[in-house]
This record gives sequence, C-alpha cells and structure tokens, in this order.
Amino acid sequence: MSMRKTLLFFFSVCWSLAGSAESSPDLGQKAPGDFLKQGNYDVFPDGEGLPEGLGNARQGEAIYSQHCQTCHGLKGEGGSAEELAGALHGLTDNPPDKTIGTYWPYATTLFDFIRRSMPLSAPGSLTNDQLYAVTAYLLYINHIIKSEDEISAKTLPRITMPNHDGFINVFDGQE
Amino acid sequence: MHDELKPIAEGGLLDRRFFLKKGLTFTSIAWLAPSAMAEAVRSDAMTAPGRALSNYGNPSNHENKVIRWTMGNAAAPGNGVSWTPLHALEGMITPNGLHFERHHNGVPDIDPDNHRLLIHGLVNRALVFKIEDLLRYPMTSRYCFIECGGNSNAGWHTEPMQTEAGYFHGMASCSEWTGVPVKILFDEAGIKGRAKWVIAEGADASMMSISLPLEKLLDDCLLAFYQNGERIRPENGYPVRLLVPGWEGVLNVKWLRRLRLTNRPVMARNETAKYTELLPNGKAEQFSFVMGVKSLITRPSYGQQLTKPGLYEIIGLAWSGHGKIVKVEVSADGGKSWAEAQLQEPVLSRCFTRFRIPWQWEGKKAVLKSRAIDDQGNQQPERHELIQAKGKHGYFHYHAIVSWAIADDGSVSHVYA
Repeated sequence: MSMRKTLLFFFSVCWSLAGSAESSPDLGQKAPGDFLKQGNYDVFPDGEGLPEGLGNARQGEAIYSQHCQTCHGLKGEGGSAEELAGALHGLTDNPPDKTIGTYWPYATTLFDFIRRSMPLSAPGSLTNDQLYAVTAYLLYINHIIKSEDEISAKTLPRITMPNHDGFINVFDGQE
Repeated sequence: MHDELKPIAEGGLLDRRFFLKKGLTFTSIAWLAPSAMAEAVRSDAMTAPGRALSNYGNPSNHENKVIRWTMGNAAAPGNGVSWTPLHALEGMITPNGLHFERHHNGVPDIDPDNHRLLIHGLVNRALVFKIEDLLRYPMTSRYCFIECGGNSNAGWHTEPMQTEAGYFHGMASCSEWTGVPVKILFDEAGIKGRAKWVIAEGADASMMSISLPLEKLLDDCLLAFYQNGERIRPENGYPVRLLVPGWEGVLNVKWLRRLRLTNRPVMARNETAKYTELLPNGKAEQFSFVMGVKSLITRPSYGQQLTKPGLYEIIGLAWSGHGKIVKVEVSADGGKSWAEAQLQEPVLSRCFTRFRIPWQWEGKKAVLKSRAIDDQGNQQPERHELIQAKGKHGYFHYHAIVSWAIADDGSVSHVYA
C-alpha cells in the first residue's frame, strides 16, 4: 500500500491511543545547556556535530594497529570483525564486496560510529585527534585520501565517498 | 469416510474446523472411560512433599532444551545475536527469557535512578525525564512482534540451511509491551514545524543511534517499560526502550537515553552501511523500515520427527509489519494445492498470529509450505519471486515462503521448493 495510506492508517490508530497534550502530567524538566552539549554525539553528513581536532592516516595507522587490528585485521581485512577495506570487486558482482570504500555513502558516518562504539574494549577512550586520525587511516586504506591528508571538521564533510549516490530512499520515495 | 476426514487439498490437509468438530467426541469418550487411574500406584511426586515456594519461577528442568541459541564474536562475547526457539513454543507470546537479542557491545547494567531520557532538537523546550517520573505518565499496552531486519537471512544462501526453525527465523519475538506513547512527551516538549526526523540513541557501550520519521513516532510508538507484565529485562532495554510497531528491530532502540528531533536523518552506520538492501543493479534501498508479511510452519519443522502415519496438527506463526494477518494457507504438496488454516484469536495488527490446520500424514514424502496475506493485500512471496524482485544480496528483509520436506521415515528437512 502507499505510504500515504499507511500513514493515514497510523494516524487513525494513534488518535485513540496517544491522547492529547492535556493528558500529560508535565514532569519533564528543562534540560540544562551543558547536559545538552555533553549528550550530543550526532555527526551529520554536512559536518554538523564534528568537534575540533585533526589527524592523518600515518598517525591513524598506529592507533589502528593498537586498538582495531586484533578484530578487523591488517589493513582492514581478514579479521573476525567485518571487513573495512580491501575490496577486490564491486557491488554488482557475485558476491558483492561491501567495504567502507565500496559501500558507505558518507565519510562523516565513520567518525560518528567510531566515536560512539569503538574500540569495543574501551569505547569513548580515543581523543578527538585520534578519532580523526583513525578515520583518515580508514579512508586512506580505501584509496579515498592520501596518507598525508589532514582530516578535521572542515575537511571530513568535503569528502565524496565512491558510493555516495548508491542509495534509494524508499521511505520518502514511496508513494 | 466422514465428510470432515476428506482432504481439502492434496497431501492430506483437512478442513481447519476438523478438530473443533471432533473435539467434542474425544471429550465425551474421555469422560466415559473406566477409571484406570484409581488403581495406579502413586508416583514419587505424589508420595513426598514438593519443593518450597520460590520468589521467581523457572521452567521445568525437563524443558532445559528450550533455550535461546546464542552466537557471539569470540573476541567480544557481548557482540552477537540470540535466537528465539520458535520451533519449541506455542501460542503467540514469547516468554521474556527467550526473546531474541542483538547486542553490539554487551548488556548494560543500568540503575534506573541514574538514567535520564533527553528530548531535544527541534522542540520548544528541551526536556529531561527521570524514569520514576515517566512511570507516572498514562500508559497503554499493545501486543506486538519485534523482528530484526536481518532475520531469516540464511534464506539467501545457495543451499537450504539445515537448522531448527527458531535458529533460522527466531530473530523475531512477540510480547505485550506497556508504556507511554511518545506523542505525549513530544507534545509536552512542543514540536517545531521543521521537525521531520527523530534520532534515537541507546545508553549501552555501543551508544548507537538511528533516525526514524517523526510521523511514525507520533503515530503508534511507545516508550516501553514493561514486557509481558514485568519490567523489561536488561537484555531488552531496561529501564526503557523504544517500541516501533512493525518496523525493523534496530529501530526499537534499547536503553533509550535520547530522542532528538531534526529536519533530516543523521545517516548513522545502521541506516547506511547496515540495514540497507543491495539490489542487483548495485544500488541499495535505504529506510526500508516495514517488516514484510511472513509466515512459518513451526511444527513439523526441521529436527522434528513424525513417529507414525496418522493425524497431526500443523502449526505455525504469521506476522506482518503492515498490519493484520487475514489469511494463512498451507500446502502439503510443495505449493500445487493450498488449504486455508485456522487463525487463532486474537488476531492483532503487527503481532504474531498462530495458525493451525489438521493433516492426515500417510507416511509418504510431502513438502509443507505456508503463505500469509495481510490486510493491506500483501502476500508472502515464494523464494524465487523474492530473488527475482530483490536479487540475492539484499541481506535484510528476507520473508519468503519456507518449505519443509517430510521424508518417508517422518524426518523433516529444509528445502527450497
């Protein structure tokens, strides 16, 4: 069915379910400004949310070998965790070779995800400079940037990933 | 042969009302049977006191094979999946201890007194909530399945994987979830006109985020605190998770700490690198939220054994992220002929629906299939139809018809048929 119909259906269901603003006990407290700042890790493709700092692939290689290689393998392949680099062929082959270089549409997602979740043994332990450096290293081993390119809040959003145009938004596109 | 014993499709499928009619007869015979029990020796359990009371019950020791099957990364045991043993369960509700899991970095131990939920972004007032305060809000319950977007993805394999139904398709579970409609809290914060998306984030070590359309959250999503009547367990998001009825499991963010209203998706890892479906032309579908219409025969299924020819009840589960199941048909001849199964009440939107149909097995080879249709007109596809439409490398959203082959000896295997 069309998305419009789906939504109409949703709204009719929710009307009876969700109540109105008047039914709220109104117990939310005004969020303090510093709480909002600390709690905000979102990085958008246009760079919104990226912190200060910078790093390059050469610096990133050392961080990668110390914190990432055990699971992700040498140069992002052959580990127990998912393959990050080293695609031998593309997305239309059988089987397709999905890596950061062949599949990920935005470079900013790398920084966002690594800062949130990695390394598994100590998430949140890398400094912003280290995060930029390891992001640079992953872009470098995917042949997207050069080893000396400095990655920062300014340069990261400017990188166009090889598969930038590879996605079809079936939610907004559906009608 | 009585009318009700006449098959209504090839392979011995009987009218779905057969047991209903026959049931009365069986019952009356049981009542009239001589009381053999009276002369039986008292069993051990009948001659000694049983165990003492307990604060929290556990399943019988005799049911210790009915467990989640877990698969973790050897280097990081908290990174993995566990499957619900659908093949061993009945009814429509998954016991809390058997609900499937997907964790990226373990199950956090969260003290609800220290947990906060933040609602911010495109709102008039950024608000922070304590759990004890949220528990004072008006709540509602709904019966609802949660299914991982990657459930059943071994179905894409070239050869049919031989494993129990639950350890193949059991990244889907169904519970009664109770909580506060998200809309109430968003109204309290005051939604700004430009808001269109919401970023949800969990408070575990992975702290992953994902974007959802605001309309869905306003429509039928809950901040869930209770699962099947008790507080949600840590592995399911204690103290609070997002419930997003009918949509990919990954959106039902556990250990929820933040909802941020925005004008665009954040393009997190789990809406770009993962949970996107690669098509044969190299493009990938993104934001394909709704879990498709699906069904599965759970008995008989792989690993089970038919002991001798005779009357069996075929049972299974059907569900759809689009709405209610309206019909499940079963075939015993590999899809050449179909018979309508009985849908067990209640039949609810975006919820597991139990189906049943009687079957006379004659001790010969048979191929069993089920196919579901929902109230939006979606029909579960055959595997070759799904592959024709989406290719073989979509990885997520596999919902094709499942086929079980019954051998002459009554053993059951998984086949592509």
